[in-house]
Amino acid sequence: MLEHSSYQAIWLSIKLAFVVTCILLLIATPIAWWLSRSQSIFRPILEAMVALPLVLPPTVLGFYLLVAMGPTGILGQLTHSLGLAPLAFTFTGLVIASILYSLPFVVQPLQTAFKLVDTELLEAAATLKAGPWTRFFTIVMPIAKPGFLTAIVLGFAHTLGEFGVVLMVGGNIPGNTRVVSVQIYDYVEALEYGKAHELALFLLIFSFLILLALYIFNRKAVTLHV
Amino acid sequence: MFKKINLVFKLVAVIELCFTVNISHAEEAIIAVASNFSAPMKALVPLFEQESQHRIQATYGATGKFYAQIKQGAPFDALLAADEATPQLLMDNQLAVNTSQFTYAVGRLVLWSNNPALIDGSPQILSSERYKHLAIANPKLAPYGLAAKKVIANLGLTAQVDNRIVMGENIAQTYQFVQTGNAELGFVALSQVIKNGKIELGSYWQVPSELHLPIKQDALLLKKGAQNEAAKTFLTFLKSAKARAVIQSYGYNL
Repeated sequence: MLEHSSYQAIWLSIKLAFVVTCILLLIATPIAWWLSRSQSIFRPILEAMVALPLVLPPTVLGFYLLVAMGPTGILGQLTHSLGLAPLAFTFTGLVIASILYSLPFVVQPLQTAFKLVDTELLEAAATLKAGPWTRFFTIVMPIAKPGFLTAIVLGFAHTLGEFGVVLMVGGNIPGNTRVVSVQIYDYVEALEYGKAHELALFLLIFSFLILLALYIFNRKAVTLHV
Repeated sequence: MFKKINLVFKLVAVIELCFTVNISHAEEAIIAVASNFSAPMKALVPLFEQESQHRIQATYGATGKFYAQIKQGAPFDALLAADEATPQLLMDNQLAVNTSQFTYAVGRLVLWSNNPALIDGSPQILSSERYKHLAIANPKLAPYGLAAKKVIANLGLTAQVDNRIVMGENIAQTYQFVQTGNAELGFVALSQVIKNGKIELGSYWQVPSELHLPIKQDALLLKKGAQNEAAKTFLTFLKSAKARAVIQSYGYNL
């Protein structure tokens, strides 16, 4: 039913969302943990910085990323001095842009979930000689599980639906940076509404199924614990 | 008492006069304008408003979006499109006034780089290994992109260039790719890089217009504005020598 280029775009979007969500979990967990526990005066500053990507319109954020990735930009000079290829118009560039763009959607649910973890419980575990990793995996993770689920869903869905940032730094290269949202937009702009409808419907159904599966899984997991 | 009534009558007469003047002379039109034409439009509107009582409100955007909005009843009186296909389509869909379509500007293509040493006034660079990314507008969406594709094909360079092409959704984004240096060079609109009649920054090759079909930008009066004097007068003004001189100074042919 769909064209080859559409399947390519769908696959690329899923790959991007998957990679970004995995990396974000690794980055966001320590940030969220620190934000939920720290009494430091720097906490509000970091909190505000994490929320900043929400403020700028995605195309504007994308524009500044494009400027930063250019030969005279911060990221461009960094990659150059490290002997790496420039980031613009590459899948790696999209991953980095998406991490920045989706960061608050992963950090905030985790932060809220971590706040619910009782400090006394952790201290009790510590007196029983449980190391920090053991405490994290046996106490924090189970308690914060719904928070992790929300973070994964939001991070994944937000990256899947990402458009403005990718549009600005991607360069619309099939199989590399032409994600599904850009492909749908292209159809709409080319007035090929039929194809746009098909692809949008496919994306909606697919996303619904993924979200549904995650929530069913979560419900089961929660009931098992109780 | 008599005086007071007289005064009221006079006041009513004055108010009435205001309204009649408004209706018969000064009207306001909302005109949808292709983003690539925003700079000349901003120069043209004050010129027009100097010699006319009518007022123009311009909205800038992508032609494809305007088409979708007009189909859904957007309140635009006229459209200055970035192509000739969209106005034609509006005509076919009976959303525009018959015979009102005309070409108000013809876009010119230029191969441009923000590096002053890269392009030597010829297309030679295209076949070299001295660049990684060539930016063009998406040929499926933007007439400038289609023209760029045609130029590359006519130069016989498709195979050498194809895997280095990055596409902007429109010509504005294509310009950003090149301007920020992420793409070393790209086919952009002359109107984007021309200042005071010449290209002052970077290096370029002015593409001869024989290498591609003319990038015609058409304007037309929409059904909504069929009775709008401001829109009609503005479209006539666009064809005047005065307006054409302004349009040309921004890098368009006519």
